[in-house]
Amino acid sequence: MGFWEVTLSLLQGLEQTCLIFALTLVLALPLGLVISFGSMSKFKPLAYVTKIFVWIIRGVPLMLQVIIVFYVPGFLLGTPLLSRMTSVIAAFVINYACYFSEIYRGGIESISKGQYEAGQVLGMTKSQIFFKVILMQVVKRILAPISNEVITLVKDTALARVIMIVEIIQAAQNYAAYGLMWPLFYTAVFYLIFVGVLSLLFNFFEKKLDYYKV
Amino acid sequence: MSLLEVKNIRKSFGKLEVLKGIDFSLEKGQALSIIGSSGSGKTTLLRCLNFLETPDEGTISIDGKNIFDAASHNKLSDNEIRNNRLRFGLVFQSFNLFPQYNVMDNLTLAPKLRLKEEKLTVEEKKLRSEKIDADAWALLERVGLREKAGYYPCQLSGGQQQRVAIARALALSPDILCFDEPTSALDPELTGEVLRVICDLKAENTTMIVVTHEMEFARNVSDVVMFMSDGVIEEMGSPEDIFDHPKSKKTQLFLNKSLETF
Repeated sequence: MGFWEVTLSLLQGLEQTCLIFALTLVLALPLGLVISFGSMSKFKPLAYVTKIFVWIIRGVPLMLQVIIVFYVPGFLLGTPLLSRMTSVIAAFVINYACYFSEIYRGGIESISKGQYEAGQVLGMTKSQIFFKVILMQVVKRILAPISNEVITLVKDTALARVIMIVEIIQAAQNYAAYGLMWPLFYTAVFYLIFVGVLSLLFNFFEKKLDYYKV
Repeated sequence: MSLLEVKNIRKSFGKLEVLKGIDFSLEKGQALSIIGSSGSGKTTLLRCLNFLETPDEGTISIDGKNIFDAASHNKLSDNEIRNNRLRFGLVFQSFNLFPQYNVMDNLTLAPKLRLKEEKLTVEEKKLRSEKIDADAWALLERVGLREKAGYYPCQLSGGQQQRVAIARALALSPDILCFDEPTSALDPELTGEVLRVICDLKAENTTMIVVTHEMEFARNVSDVVMFMSDGVIEEMGSPEDIFDHPKSKKTQLFLNKSLETF
């Protein structure tokens, strides 16, 4: 087993890792905003239901949620199993959306009431106030906690192997079965590069938003 | 007919009755100062006029047109409420400029959003948008901040921010401009520039309501002074009446305390 052969098969695993990462982000970021609106709703029953939902999702290990999404619909309803990848994406999106929703909520609630009132006395509608005044300030405030979650997500993708998706760690572990351990440690390099690029990207965004203070 | 007629405004927060029936009127071009100790209800009154609080009872009319009636307020559509509140402008104690927009955009954001909602041809919209920009430049000139148009609020001093906030409120040409303690958040050396702008507005016959702790300013700039205490108008009259010949005991006590020097 040569170095290049291992690298190549780890890269194939990395492809799955990237797919889980990208789809989760693209879907969970907006879904989180919807959930945060639910938990901040003035209609109390909706707020309670949303909060209980967030509690359950944040309270159960993500690994277990992946297993549940993959196996339980089949057990209970007799429906055909979702594909492995669909199950992982579904579980990840719901889980991350709940974490994001709490970050959004904190960000939105941290904006001073005066900003809303200034918009109101200038005759703006509620949605104009939210999208034109509040949102950009929230984005600036939540960038750091969001970057934390995003970086955690990179490494959480490894949980997908619990339902036999061959992401990068599983790809390396396949070698361990033949007594070859170094590919497993080698995967750290890929993660480090991945997270390094993300960190640079978030730094860039932070600099971009440096022109105003909230 | 008076420009503004306020009748029997009452407002409670839970069990606490903050406004206990406020009646007054204001003529066009007049400046009204509202003074009184903290908790007397002055700010709440101003917020009621600007629809930031909804009075429990009472009516507000401008130019004879009823713009608020507690009895039928819930029947108004959001759009009607939005249009009615534009009769008033409000300058906040803490400026509340939008930090992510530069000075120019702070002034033009709301007018341009309103323009978007109107049904006009592209050509008309372009003309109106240019007019909004031109008006904003003129307003910045008036508050002496033309050269700061491209600056962000965090790059300005408190006094400059408040002057921008005044220009922003004027950009929607309200009938009555309200100020909620416009200099209370400022360092003493910065209050002058803001008060000067308000004096200039007065000279141009802007109708104004100013909640203030600056007694000298209230005496020199306003046509009418209202002293509020405990949710009612204790006394109202010309600055001479209130400051030199206060009738009510409470007014006398308040003024003695406020004008105390060390």
